[in-house]
Amino acid sequence: MATDSITLPSPRAESRSVVLDWLCTVDHKKIGIMYIVYALIFLVIMGCEAILMRIQLARPELHFMTAAAFNRLFTMHGTTGIFFVAMPILIGFGNYLVPLMIGARDMAFPRLNAFSFWMTAFGGIFLYASFFAGGSLLQGGGAPAVGWFAYAPLTSPAFSPGHGTDFWILSLLVAGVGSIGAAVNFVATILCMRCPGMTLGKMPLLAWMNLVTAGMILVAISPLTAAQLMLMADRFLGSHFFDPAAGGQPVLWMHFFWIFGHPEVYILVIPAFAFISEILPVFSRKAIFGYPAMVAATTGIGFVSLGVWAHHMFAVGMPSYGNAFFVLTTMVVAVPTGIKIFNWLATLWGGKIRFATPMLFCLAFLFQFLIGGLTGIMLATAPFDWQLTNSYFVVAHFHYIIVGGILFGIFGAFYYWFPKMTGRMLSEKLGKWHFWIMVIGFHLTFDFMHVPGLLGMPRRIYTYQAGRGWGVWNMITSIGVIFQVAAILIFVYNMVHSYFKGAVAGNDPWDAWTLEWATTSPPPDYNFSTVPTVRSRRPLWDIKHPEDPDWKYE
Amino acid sequence: MSATSVNVAAEATESQPLSRGRVGMWCLIIAESAIFLIFVVAYIFYMGKSLDGPTPAQILTVPVITTICLLSSSFTMHWATGALREGKQLLFRVFWFITLALGATFLIGTLREWHRFIYKENFTISTNLFGTTFYSLVGLHASHVAIGLIALSTVMVLALFGKVKQEHHERCEVLAMYWHFVDAIWVVVFTIVYGLGR
Repeated sequence: MATDSITLPSPRAESRSVVLDWLCTVDHKKIGIMYIVYALIFLVIMGCEAILMRIQLARPELHFMTAAAFNRLFTMHGTTGIFFVAMPILIGFGNYLVPLMIGARDMAFPRLNAFSFWMTAFGGIFLYASFFAGGSLLQGGGAPAVGWFAYAPLTSPAFSPGHGTDFWILSLLVAGVGSIGAAVNFVATILCMRCPGMTLGKMPLLAWMNLVTAGMILVAISPLTAAQLMLMADRFLGSHFFDPAAGGQPVLWMHFFWIFGHPEVYILVIPAFAFISEILPVFSRKAIFGYPAMVAATTGIGFVSLGVWAHHMFAVGMPSYGNAFFVLTTMVVAVPTGIKIFNWLATLWGGKIRFATPMLFCLAFLFQFLIGGLTGIMLATAPFDWQLTNSYFVVAHFHYIIVGGILFGIFGAFYYWFPKMTGRMLSEKLGKWHFWIMVIGFHLTFDFMHVPGLLGMPRRIYTYQAGRGWGVWNMITSIGVIFQVAAILIFVYNMVHSYFKGAVAGNDPWDAWTLEWATTSPPPDYNFSTVPTVRSRRPLWDIKHPEDPDWKYE
Repeated sequence: MSATSVNVAAEATESQPLSRGRVGMWCLIIAESAIFLIFVVAYIFYMGKSLDGPTPAQILTVPVITTICLLSSSFTMHWATGALREGKQLLFRVFWFITLALGATFLIGTLREWHRFIYKENFTISTNLFGTTFYSLVGLHASHVAIGLIALSTVMVLALFGKVKQEHHERCEVLAMYWHFVDAIWVVVFTIVYGLGR
């Protein structure tokens, strides 16, 4: 560093080195932010796809787009949402927060971490390359049109000519490798890198829940990888896994896909639980209620969720004991989930609640997740499911969980941790606008989407006849999208504006208790100048209140 | 599954903190096991469901010698890492080389079997469901052996240049975990393909 003559780098060389720095980084904070930004870009893209579909469905017999384009759009919307928005954004937050919360200086395998991110990134870019791989762009180009669960034999070369399905298979394979790499890293980090004194029983719930999520990724994403390998062999090598003409059984794909697909729902929602479990206590000014029960419930959900997959397949004609088994296991999931909801409510009970924006999103999460869970229990009842399989009721149910639950949790996390990541507060005023407009838009869209489902409107149809009684409900659903778009625009503006002009956050703007708030905002490369030592579940409380530390009571 | 892995790793290093290498490898093994599980389920599900021949009984011969080679390579691998831990360089290199040779023998055996099937018996992955599941399951395992051999060869070359020292025994043991896993999977594949399925 010490040189005789200092030459200042030209601005251009400097910006080049900044780009290079981000491209080559192995720092968990930078990788985490790259995951999050990447996911936000895809969130906007999938949102645009949703807008186009809602325009098409707003009125009966509209011809805004063709059926083929509609098929491609809902396939891309679903695939993007699960694999390139929800997964990366949650892994990104985990990447940023877990090492900070457990008092570590980085993840266990920093280079594997970078590798995992770039695999996920290439997977998403590859999927979108399919738009340019044939056909007119107005028809959706060469994008896959098989739906996000890609049932056989629709994926066979006879029914899916061209390479759209191949893009879909390969991009998910690549992204799956990235997810498994990230999961390996999370488990090794959480088990091996905790700071002195932080036993598993003193670990923040966010770290616990990321540990369970990572374990589930290991056992749930791998079956998807295996099934994709089989499908690829069917399409490229002429094997017959899912080929009825040679005795293969399409139902096998359904099983393999949902063995991945259902745990995946919990892989997405448990990190959202983690945000709630960190944010609710801070804004209630109370320690989390029932810490051990929360850990046990999370682990319980992790295990039970591996045995519920065929509730997606009640209509396929399983034997009655098969249906009964999967009804029962699905109902059992409600028990640990209920424990969590009651623990969160008990945390709020008697607390000094501050209605800051992160808290608002978490409170909305509680209500909306509960309703989404209740429609889930309705659908878990096999006879009820037979009536509503593949209807808009199902679509409304899982969007209630994914948007009303997971996305609201993610928004809460943004308002809560943005100050840590950037050193600036997000505007509370804009945040409240964002929150209320989002709530209105969400409920307009997804509450009313249940109704056409109950009236018999199947999902994935590109238009419908007038006079079925679906028109009004679809119109309201589409109008809700306008509000959601406005909310997202406010959110994006808030982030950009606050990044440059927001109030300076300081180390600990929320008066919180976990270790990430013990270091500067944003934290230095090495996170902590001295590795902290921990004696309780709220190490920062102990530092702030030496006269009344938590470890005296735990 | 993850619970047992944690216990095993915890017992191995009671006083010192968990080794990230070992935990990472256990995680990879869990993920790989899930991949193999799906292929094994597909194999069992399609047993005897092929619409036309050949059947396993008509063409499969039990690969006794190569199986013995692969399984015994676990023992030589164990001795090799043990020797490195004690700093016995020569012994380590000899046993490491034997492991490599035994693994390569196994892979050559698979290649010869496939060559016979494809060129003499006219039996390929697209022949019937048996072909589909046989080539995919055995091929998935063989590709893991091949990846293991690449890793073993890398260590072998480094060892010949004197770059693998006693303090690297932990890393070699992590690699050995992968090799033992590949062996253990072969026990499952062998039992199902050449035992139950024949």
